[in-house]
Parts: sequence; C-alpha cells; structure tokens
Amino acid sequence: MPKLKLEDLAKIKEATRRTTLLREGAGRVKITVHMGTCGIAAGARNIMEAVLREVEERDMKDVLVTTSGCAGLCSREPMATVEVVGEAPVKYVDLTEGTIKAIVAEHVVGGKVLEQYALVMGSERIH
Amino acid sequence: MPYRTHLMVCAGTGCVSNRSLDVRDALENEIRRRGLQHEVQVVTTGCNGFCGAGPIMVVQPDGIFYQQLSPKDIPHLVEEHLLKGRPVQKLMYVPPEAPVPVPRMADIPFFHRQRLVALRNRGLIDPEKIDEYIARDGYTALAKALTQMTPEQIIEVIKSAGLRGRGGAGFLTGLKWEKVRQCEGEPKYIICNGDEGDPGAFMDRSIFESDPHAVIEGMLIGARAIGARYGVVYIRNEYPLALQRILIAIEQAREYGLLGENIFETGFDFDISVTRGAGAFVCGEETALIASVEGRLGDPRARPPYPAERGLWGKPTCINNVETWVNVAPIISDGAAWYREIGTETSKGTKVFSLVGKVQNTGLVEVPMGITLRELVYEIGGGIPGGKKFKAVQSGGPSGGCIPAGLMDQPILYESRAEKRTAADYLDLPIDYESLTEVGSMMGSGGLVVMDEETCMVDIARYFLGFTQDESCGACTPCREGTKFMLDVLTKITDGHGTMEDLTALEEVAWIVKQTSLCGLGKTASNPVLTTLRYFRDEYVAHIQAHKCPAHVCRELNVYRIDPEICVQRGHGCGVCRRECPETAIFGEKNQPHRIDPALCRKCGVCVDVCHFDAVIVE
Repeated sequence: MPKLKLEDLAKIKEATRRTTLLREGAGRVKITVHMGTCGIAAGARNIMEAVLREVEERDMKDVLVTTSGCAGLCSREPMATVEVVGEAPVKYVDLTEGTIKAIVAEHVVGGKVLEQYALVMGSERIH
Repeated sequence: MPYRTHLMVCAGTGCVSNRSLDVRDALENEIRRRGLQHEVQVVTTGCNGFCGAGPIMVVQPDGIFYQQLSPKDIPHLVEEHLLKGRPVQKLMYVPPEAPVPVPRMADIPFFHRQRLVALRNRGLIDPEKIDEYIARDGYTALAKALTQMTPEQIIEVIKSAGLRGRGGAGFLTGLKWEKVRQCEGEPKYIICNGDEGDPGAFMDRSIFESDPHAVIEGMLIGARAIGARYGVVYIRNEYPLALQRILIAIEQAREYGLLGENIFETGFDFDISVTRGAGAFVCGEETALIASVEGRLGDPRARPPYPAERGLWGKPTCINNVETWVNVAPIISDGAAWYREIGTETSKGTKVFSLVGKVQNTGLVEVPMGITLRELVYEIGGGIPGGKKFKAVQSGGPSGGCIPAGLMDQPILYESRAEKRTAADYLDLPIDYESLTEVGSMMGSGGLVVMDEETCMVDIARYFLGFTQDESCGACTPCREGTKFMLDVLTKITDGHGTMEDLTALEEVAWIVKQTSLCGLGKTASNPVLTTLRYFRDEYVAHIQAHKCPAHVCRELNVYRIDPEICVQRGHGCGVCRRECPETAIFGEKNQPHRIDPALCRKCGVCVDVCHFDAVIVE
C-alpha cells in the first residue's frame, strides 16, 4: 500500500462517506420502503431493490434507505416515504419500479415532489 | 448494490465472552439464507459501553438498540426487522422503572447522558479497518500538527486545554510534555501506559479494542511535540483482544506510512513497538513499567529523577495513560477553548468511568468532569437494583477509597476547597480530581464500584488489601510489612477476633504506610482502610464489640436461626434444610418447627439457600 499523502486523508474520508453517514443515522434524504407482510406481498422487495440500484448508479452518498413495518394503508401498497431533511415527509403509494425511479430522479435528486404519485405530505400524529 | 443497513455487532471482550461472535455468525448465515447479503452489512465494532446488556447490536441508520442477544434470537430478528421492517420489541432495552421497550439507542438514558470524547468512535467503526478511522476524521489532527503547528505550539494548546493525566494522578499533561522537551538526551521516548491493573477497571482495554488508531494518533502528536523518535505501548498480557487490535492497527499505520520515516513527507520519523506486561500490578507504576520494558524486574525506584528527565534507557521519557493519549487528537482538531468548555474550573474535559457493582446499568461511561455521583449512579446507572439502599461508591480501585451516600451531590473537582464540607453534601459531590482526593479517595483510573446495604465495608477493605498485599513488590519495608499487617488485622476483625487495640494499630500503620512508602502502590494502599475508618467506623466497632457484621457478609459473625412460625405455617416442617445441612446441625420432625444447633453450625449458609419459605433468619 502506498504511503499516504495529506490529500489522501480527505479522499478516503469521501470514499467512506456513505458508510459514515449511515452509521451516524445522518444524511440528506431518508427513503423508507414500507414492508410488513402486505408490503412484501405487493412487491415491496422489488421496490427496495430498484431504489438501491438507483442509489448505486447515481453514486449517491447522502441518501439513507431503510424499511419499516406495515404503514397501515395496505390497499395502496407498495408504499415508500421520502423525507428530505428540513421538509415534511411525503408518502408515495401504488409504486412500480418505474414510478420509484422517477421519484428518486425528481424528488430525491431534484427536490421536486411528484404529486401525481403522492398520497399525502406530513406524518401521522403519535401520542 | 450499496448496503442500506449496517448491523453494528459489539465485539468487545465482554460481549465476545458472551458469544457475540456466534451471534455475528448466525446473523451472517441468516442474512445469506434470506438473500439480503447485498443490502445488509454485518460489522463488528469495539465495546459499546453498556456491558451489562450484552451481547449488543445496533441497527443503523435507524439507531435501534438490541440487547442480550443469543444466536437463537437471530432468525426471528432477521425475518421481522430486516425483511419485514418491524423492529423486535422483546429484544429491546426495557428500563426498570417503566416496563416499555425503548427502541432507539439515543433515547436510552445510559447513553444519551454521556459525552463522548475519548470514546468518540465506539460502536461506529470496525477497529480493524484503518479507513473507517480516517473516515471519521482520523489522522487529520496529526496532519494539522505536522504541517501547521510547531512543537511548541502543540504543547501550548495541550497546556491551555488543561488536559490532566487520566491514569489517576492527574498531572497537567502539557507541563509534562514541556518538561520532557526541555530535558537533554537523545533519543527521547514516548510510552503509553496500558497496564490497567485495577480490578474492575476496563476503560483502557475498551479503548484499545474499539479505537486503537486514536491511541497511535495521540502518541504521534505527542512525539512531535516533545521530539521523540520511538514509542512503546505497554499493554498487560491479560488483554489478548486489545493486544491483537493494537498490533493490527500499528501494522496498518505502517503500511500507510503513518508510522516510520518521513511521515506525510514532513521529515518526521516515529515508530511504535509493543511490550506486554507479565501479570504485575506494580508495573502500572511508571518507574516499574520502564524497568519492565528494559527487561528488568518490575521494581519501582525513588523519584526524582522523574522519567521526564531520566526514563527509558536513561533518556527523557514521556509516559501517559491510554485515555490521556486518545484525548490529544480532538484537542488539536477542535482547539483548547472547545475542550475548556467541558468540565470544571480545574478539571477539564471528560472522564471514562467503569460503573460496576450494585447498580442497574453496568458498563463503561464517559461523562464531563463535575458530574455528581448521584447523577452517575441514578440517572446513568439506573439506581440500585432490587430496591436496596445505596451505601457507598468505591472509586479509584485498590488505590482509592469509599465515598458514602452523604457525599453524592458535590461535583467532583481537582482544586482543593477551603470551606469545610458537611456530612449531608456527599452524594451530591461533583466528581473531579481535587474533590475526590479531599474526601480521602482519588480519581484513579476511573473504576467506580457501587455498594448497597448488603456490602460490608470492613470486608471491602480486606478485599483490597488482599490485592495490594499480593501485588506489593517487597522493595520497601513500609509497604511490604505494612500491607501484610493491615491485611492480617482486617482478617482478624472479619473473623470475629478483633480488639479495639487492633483498630488503633490498624489506623496508625495505615498512616505510616501512606506517608513512607517508596512508590504509588504503597502510598495509596491504605486508602481503602482510611476511608472506611473515616466514614464507616461504626461497622468496624460492630464487628469488634457487638461481634456482628451489619451487612451479614462476614459469616463467622452471623447467627443462623429458624423462625419456628414460618417453618410450620408456611413450610410445614419440610425438613429440606435438615437433609442439606453438611454438619447435621438441624433437628426437627415433619410438620414440627426445625431448629439449628449453634454449637454445630458451621455458618455455611446452605440452609438459607435451600429453604423455599425464607424461614432461616440471619442475624
């Protein structure tokens, strides 16, 4: 392994940035793909894989992808929530691989909410 | 496909000895079985600190905390949480006062009340991957120190930050560095004291296991400041995992050219070797440690001259504790003013404590100096289990002393206080170097043993003296003869043969040993005796005059008696104790009250253990 130069420190840090942010639970955007038995039956696993493929192809370092259990609206599965830091979360429903790809391109990268696929903005009130 | 989830599995010694590596293997197998191996990464980290709850796993990015895992929990966990997205409640932490699971690590009081500086990377990196250390700004402080600062400036920053030695004595680190720099002699040496001999202390072990590169970076910066060419990490042999990790880290640092010649092309040369201890507590003392590194017997010598002037191989040597070294890089990166904001007037920064004993949450905690004992024991520690009453905290290991409940609410500080403290102040004692010394204890390396009403303070003193006596090197008479004498008297008292004259002699000898011993081992060996005499003298007197041990720990002083009513009404004279008694000292018939013959009773306590009805009373 070659000896490190000063600038190599920053390069290694950048290359490992996705790991660091993930482990700190920090990031610019969090995409939660809803699972639960209903979600999986409706194809949420395919949606998850599509999201991860997009993240990889676009080499996005500051996007967290996680799962949750059933979100409650089983008839509209597969669903995913996109949460940009500082903005209200947006719940997208009736997803297909095509629509989730568009959502990543437009909302996650471009910051534009795709209202035609969205159910609602904001979150449920929890006691 | 990029990983979406990292499973941070704790692989500190505590969790490993509880089969956390089997848990890791089970995770990897199950994840592969479910086809998730491209999405979910399993990472082994160093110690998370919450050792009483291990084996521990934290799921990121959600920060879900799982505790007490075993391999059989894994298939269900993987299916529910990783596949279906439903975190598993029954594997979460449940606080004692409110039986509702707390999923997120950040919400658990044990964690969120801590402030991590020395332990900044714990649980977040794989300690065997140097790139992960660099990803969290590792070695950037070194880069700054080498390219933007002069050695004098480095020393100024450390002095100004007020960093004090974390090995226990609390000497100003910047001053020590300055002294070594000024002394003449080449080459100069840096030593990292990783002997950690105090029973129950594992702060340094945890640092080695979780973040070995932080130690190396600190030593590099120190070496630059004082002009040292070589460093030695002295690590006790009883820490195989810590040893393995520091060796790997040194090798990786060498490969990257961070150790060796011409580091970062600045012309700075420095390399580190590792010396293992051989089982002697005295080798934590700096002069004995140096003797050990030189291949001699670990005998301490008189000081002055201090190692700063004449140390390893007779050359100027800077020796600091592991925890001191890992505080260096953040101070260089974030500045002295930042560090000064944490802590108290004379005790800056944080301290890592091992919180053990009769407390709900046992483990390793890092807190700002000045925190009160009450907050440590109750807020972070979760209080005393079983509804028992808090009695005392023993701080500083065998060199330290016992602090009673009355002192809990004073902040622990370094500076000496002119005003007298009242008995009611103690639980609220703010923790720092001075305040602990003033009440007769000391910070020590950070061991904190919590005691409840079922602890006998005389027995505690005897336990620690047993340790110190065994570890005394024998070179000087006060320690060699004095610790033996103190141990003999304490044993006599706990056996029930002590006299009041013994008590006077004990105290006198304790002071002599404290004032005339050659090295720190002897000088502090008396502390457990002196503090227990100061705050719990009534227990000593009870042992001697009333022939009783108030905590019922000293068996020779116990009287075992069967309550006849309980025996008949609840137990119906079942006779289990009669059958189990090894001395056949119990008599009785079925449905009749049983009784113990005190003349035959050996006070073994078996009857207490086997009685299902709590009919045996200990007095």
